[in-house]
Amino acid sequence: MADELLIATGLVVSYGKSRRSLFARTQRLGVPVLHGVSLEVRKGETVGIVGESGSGKTTLGRTLIGLVKPAAGSVCFDGVDITALDEHKMRPLRPRMQMIFQDPMSSLNPRHTIGRILTQPMRLHGLANDYASARGRAHDILERVGLASSTMDCYSHELSGGQRQRVGIARAVVLRPSFVIADEIVSGLDVSTQAQVLRLLKELTSEMHLALVFISHDLSVIRSICDRVVVMQSGTIVEQGPCEQVFAAPRADYTRMLLDAIPLPILDPDWLSRGPTAENVGMN
Amino acid sequence: MSAARLVIDALTAVSVRDGNRFILRNVSLKVAIGEVHGIVGESGAGKSTIAKAILGIIPSQVKLTGGRIDFEGLDLLSLSSTALRAVLGRDIALIAQDPSTALNPARRIEAQLTDGLRLKRGLSASEARLRAGALLEEVQIRDPMRVLHSYPHQLSGGMRQRVLIAAAFALQPKLVIADEPTTALDVTVQKQILKLIRSLQERHGTSVLFVSHDLGVVAKICDHVSVLYMGKVMEQATTAELLTAPRHPYTQALLRANPRYDAPETGLQPIPPGLIAALRAEIAAFDARMAARGYPDG
Repeated sequence: MADELLIATGLVVSYGKSRRSLFARTQRLGVPVLHGVSLEVRKGETVGIVGESGSGKTTLGRTLIGLVKPAAGSVCFDGVDITALDEHKMRPLRPRMQMIFQDPMSSLNPRHTIGRILTQPMRLHGLANDYASARGRAHDILERVGLASSTMDCYSHELSGGQRQRVGIARAVVLRPSFVIADEIVSGLDVSTQAQVLRLLKELTSEMHLALVFISHDLSVIRSICDRVVVMQSGTIVEQGPCEQVFAAPRADYTRMLLDAIPLPILDPDWLSRGPTAENVGMN
Repeated sequence: MSAARLVIDALTAVSVRDGNRFILRNVSLKVAIGEVHGIVGESGAGKSTIAKAILGIIPSQVKLTGGRIDFEGLDLLSLSSTALRAVLGRDIALIAQDPSTALNPARRIEAQLTDGLRLKRGLSASEARLRAGALLEEVQIRDPMRVLHSYPHQLSGGMRQRVLIAAAFALQPKLVIADEPTTALDVTVQKQILKLIRSLQERHGTSVLFVSHDLGVVAKICDHVSVLYMGKVMEQATTAELLTAPRHPYTQALLRANPRYDAPETGLQPIPPGLIAALRAEIAAFDARMAARGYPDG
């Protein structure tokens, strides 16, 4: 289909393969994290990736954007196989693929003002002719994400968690990418702030025709902003499909179990006694 | 109405560092014998400060300026630290949020579980070991002997949380304070832990004060709920009332902001700025009344 922006096929990733401990008797084999994952993201659509800790969702996100090189499989972005590209050849594609990180406190340079954080990438990628036009664009994007223009002169520590995450979003979209990965970006926020950030993301994806991969452990959050959902367990995809379908009639046992485990704020006195017990989930 | 085990009456606290700004504003709540009482609120609402006040571990920048905490007739705030220490652990126990920091990384689980049994219950080392093994079985750990000999880092997060729960219930306390006990866990593990806390609590008739930011979690485990906003109780109700007919606009807004996979439109509705302004005004008026009465400086 012509609509596909990103096509990942048979991704295999293991960590720690080349590391050899001085004290280990035998060579330690890599820990497999992804076992042949295939995924497509269409232009302008929002795809949620859900899974518990250790499911490989973060690794998948990093592989899609070229931050992790797979041991096998390929990632095609807009017709270009990025799997084999080195950093130099990736550079022209970088402004088109951006990432919003979970913790803006550690992803925003504490020694740079927000203005510098927003304008520098534009200048590096030659997307602004001069400093003034870069500043202008940074102003516009700050306004769009709901921050005062005085934020330009602030440092990240002077902002609240929600404001910082807005800066993280502004930094990712200021280069007008077509593909953005957001990894657990609302998990540290209060529900009201979370609702604001989710709403902003939803508006931006439709305004900018952005393809968004939204990684989260929270199926309820995914339901509120995603078109499609991909459910991961131990490095494989156990189910994927349009949200309406997966949430209404999950096919995989694992998806059903995840949904059953979510405590909804509704009156349901039997919830605790229902569903998986320690025995069938496994103790670890 | 069953008898109260814990009564917090008009508890007020200020932040000394932050110009005596109020952190708790006349918080009153009751935890009955054998019930789970939830305190729910956003970050900074003062939830943990209440828990810390009960445990006598208020940080130095916070000062309690008024109110009482009555635990079965004992005025906890007026107890000497020695007298309080006798109550803590034995009658009041804590399940902390982060099981990886609440356990001592350099000591085996056995040592950490048996300390209280030996010091507060006077058991011998071998009796305490047997009891610790039985406790681990009670929290559904299949291989208690292996876990007893493990260090915390050798256990998964869910397993460590089970150990903490075993430690909290070890001395058969009358009141357990659970401070966000499942926040760091995956949902499937969270459900097991909630189930476990509820079943232990029911079996032993323990009262639980359950602190959480998650209305969903509170909905599933609590009998009564206090909704806190900026250190002030907005609404107190049974869990059923709170979920089916919330009275306070703040509770209603919080419920709407909470995403739900069964209702995709929720989770995109922040608390309306108009409501926040109204709440802030209500709180400012409260602070002005307190100031007129000489608080917090008096």
